[in-house]
Amino acid sequence: MKLEIKGITKRFGSLVANDSISLTVNAGEIVSLLGENGAGKSTLMNVLYGLYQAEAGEILIDDQPVKFKGPGDAMAAGIGMVHQHFMLIPVFTVAENVALGHEPTKFAGAMDLDKARARVREISDQFGFNVDPDALVRDLPVGVQQRVEIIKALSRNAKTLVLDEPTAVLTPQETDELMAIMRELAKSGTSIIFITHKLREVQAVADRIVVIRLGKVVGEAKPTDTASELASMMVGREVDLTVKRSKKQSGDVVLSLENISVLDDRGQLAVAGLSLEVRAGEVLAIAGVQGNGQTELAEAIVGLRKLERGSGSIKYRGLSIEGESVRGRLERFLSYVPEDRKKDGLVSEFSLEENLLLNQSFEDDRGAPFVKRGLIDSAVLKAETDKAIESFDVRTQSSKTTAGKLSGGNQQKMVLAREMTRPHEVLLVAQPTRGVDVGSIEFIHEQIMLERDEQQTAVLLISTELDEVLSLADRIAVMYRGRVVGVVSADTSRETLGKMMAGIAA
Amino acid sequence: MATEVKPGMFSSQTAKPSKKAGLVMGGFTLITLFAFGFGGNPAAVTFQLAEKGHLLSVPDFTVSSSGFSLLVGGLMGIITLIATWLTIKQKVVPLWLSLIFGLLGVTALLGWLAAGNVVPVSFILSSAVVLAVPIILGALGGVMSERVGVVNIAIEGQLLTGAFVASVVGSVTDNLWLGVLAAAIASAILSMSLASLAIKYLVDQIIIGVLINLLVIGVTNFLYSQWLANDGANVNYPGTFDILAIPVLSEIPIIGTALFANRVTVYLAFVLVPLVWYMLFRTKLGLRARAVGEHPLAADTVGINVARTRFWWVTAGGAIAGIGGAALSIGNVGAFGREMSGGLGFIALAVVILGRWQPFYVSASALLFGFAIIMRIWANQVSPGIPTDFITMVPYVVTLIAVTGFAGKVRPPAASGQPYTKG
Repeated sequence: MKLEIKGITKRFGSLVANDSISLTVNAGEIVSLLGENGAGKSTLMNVLYGLYQAEAGEILIDDQPVKFKGPGDAMAAGIGMVHQHFMLIPVFTVAENVALGHEPTKFAGAMDLDKARARVREISDQFGFNVDPDALVRDLPVGVQQRVEIIKALSRNAKTLVLDEPTAVLTPQETDELMAIMRELAKSGTSIIFITHKLREVQAVADRIVVIRLGKVVGEAKPTDTASELASMMVGREVDLTVKRSKKQSGDVVLSLENISVLDDRGQLAVAGLSLEVRAGEVLAIAGVQGNGQTELAEAIVGLRKLERGSGSIKYRGLSIEGESVRGRLERFLSYVPEDRKKDGLVSEFSLEENLLLNQSFEDDRGAPFVKRGLIDSAVLKAETDKAIESFDVRTQSSKTTAGKLSGGNQQKMVLAREMTRPHEVLLVAQPTRGVDVGSIEFIHEQIMLERDEQQTAVLLISTELDEVLSLADRIAVMYRGRVVGVVSADTSRETLGKMMAGIAA
Repeated sequence: MATEVKPGMFSSQTAKPSKKAGLVMGGFTLITLFAFGFGGNPAAVTFQLAEKGHLLSVPDFTVSSSGFSLLVGGLMGIITLIATWLTIKQKVVPLWLSLIFGLLGVTALLGWLAAGNVVPVSFILSSAVVLAVPIILGALGGVMSERVGVVNIAIEGQLLTGAFVASVVGSVTDNLWLGVLAAAIASAILSMSLASLAIKYLVDQIIIGVLINLLVIGVTNFLYSQWLANDGANVNYPGTFDILAIPVLSEIPIIGTALFANRVTVYLAFVLVPLVWYMLFRTKLGLRARAVGEHPLAADTVGINVARTRFWWVTAGGAIAGIGGAALSIGNVGAFGREMSGGLGFIALAVVILGRWQPFYVSASALLFGFAIIMRIWANQVSPGIPTDFITMVPYVVTLIAVTGFAGKVRPPAASGQPYTKG
């Protein structure tokens, strides 16, 4: 199947997400759609999949124009999509998920589950996916869930498969397996559109690379082009992908976790007897695939989540702080950048000033005196916010703009501004660059290194991006199923780290 | 390949079952043993197991009230121990065990209340079933609605609408079947307003539910006092369906009358419960409905129309709740009375949760409440010493205890109450 996208334009209000984008994919070809977060890749794919309606442009399949009113039409035309956030129903079995929407039936609308199972087995065997049709999806590891998504698309005879940021949730080994699957699929004649912002993966698997920036196609590249060539095409200027760092001696242990255990929301052990030490003036990175207890660990350190009864303790300079409230911890030593800035880092409806005030509204704070006798001192607040906006390069109209109106990168810089300007000795940053543009990533990385070098802060960085971990960390602790598999130095090879992320100790 | 990840993801420890079941059970066991048993009345109590004149005659069962309570209390103690043991073993106490426990508790209460008296077991059971039917059907409507992700707290209003329309249409046309049909249609139309406001206009589902309840109460009260009360003989005198006793089966001791000698509205419930279960869990429509209630975006991406699915399930659920209302007026009382649903719709709401959104469990829980209601009526007659108000509280206390104590941490459909909008 030959798929052509011609001059697609899609607007959201005044924002042009796709500006006359054209793209051709031939049968059995792997085309990589490379672009930064917010460049318009996902929008384009949602148009292709019928979830959005484009204002202009057309889609041609084998030279015939087609119109998709909804995902049903796109699927009928042979387009399958594996979304970044899986579209699987956790409480359904694999077979039910695959059959959903085109269920085989027996009589009077009764489902023929045997037929659904057989279909899953057939596809699973053909490509060696090794998926049990009767397993509940919620019990499967993400890598397998992703295969279920692929089976789902193939079971509807998809001839073109769209993979939207498929590697974000995978270990390096699982990523390699996925690439092998992609090549296998392409060999069998399926075309693949592979959406990503990770250069290494593009170079490894793509036949052609189409680069998108700010909603426009800026050109095509070959997989043989170097990473920095691809990066500058993607960002639109020269990019320095390396972080400048100095060798230095780290100081005393500031924060230590001793054998702590934490439950997740479902009451299951998410952190299981974890111990770590963070020293002043070092960056300790916690690497690992998403969902291995990092979120719960961060929340336990901040005090948002209780430690399991009888499990160890959290110590600040040797003193136990489990009894301390969140406010107490923040005032004594801690700054916290949560992994989900929209949910936990900012109040989107609040202005930047109000967001800056969020955790500094107490009169006995050591920081800036924003509040006097219960009243907000708006002059001081405005001055401080302007200062933060200035020094953290937050692109905004004014300090009164609501946080929700800023781009991801600017929101994140605002959170960093608030947390880094408060007095603190420990900086806990979770996923600081998720969904952030390359320019902001560079800036954020610089700021984190400044914390380490000039403030002598003990930085605990939680990140699922291996590149980020490798460029920032002094030491790397790999987390797997709530435990630390091992703490290694920053010059450890990717391969070893990948194995550790799958639970195999180095 | 990555290793298999199992439910108790990071360790052998799985979800922690609630410890409450054992505690609540223990409390009830102690009450039974001490208040009803040791401190109870030793007078004889007679359990009448079969009705006179039936094929199989079972002799009445007479015991000392306090002795009986001790015996039942002992059994309850055993179940408590089993439940506690399960909790210690990190296992979930099965619902059927809780239900047996509840049944035992109720029998002990019966024996205590009727000291020196006769307990007409068959009568109590069949009344419990009749009284439970509106709750069962109301809750079934609630299940259908919540399974597709729309919270329906308007069950009370749906029941009341059904009861009113059934009575009026039944009287005017002199055809009770038309009454049932009209009740279903009227309640379905009411639900359409809930559905479209919630789905299309994204109004908060709780607020719409509350408003519908208040609106229906207001409108029916107004019509009742202005119209039905003055012209009752013509518009509010439908009578009830005849009791259809199935030969032989209805003469089985204890349960015969309760199950096989009923009005057609009760049989309708007996058919609808398995039917809805079958629809939800065995057909493609049900799979789609549950998908919409769990993860609407995922359903949308495989071409299922989320809004339409929600709309029709909520509407169909409303129709069933409307039949529940009909069961109240023309299936039992024989006329419409002011606010005659009297909170049954809210009990149905609790029953939906207690029954974990499963039609059969929901029905079993509803029966427990039917039981509580008939207990109240009957206890009032045999033990006039107990204050009426106290006995009136019983169903609600049972609701509270049941929801907090036994339901534990149950998981509603993931998208329940969440509107779905496309980008």
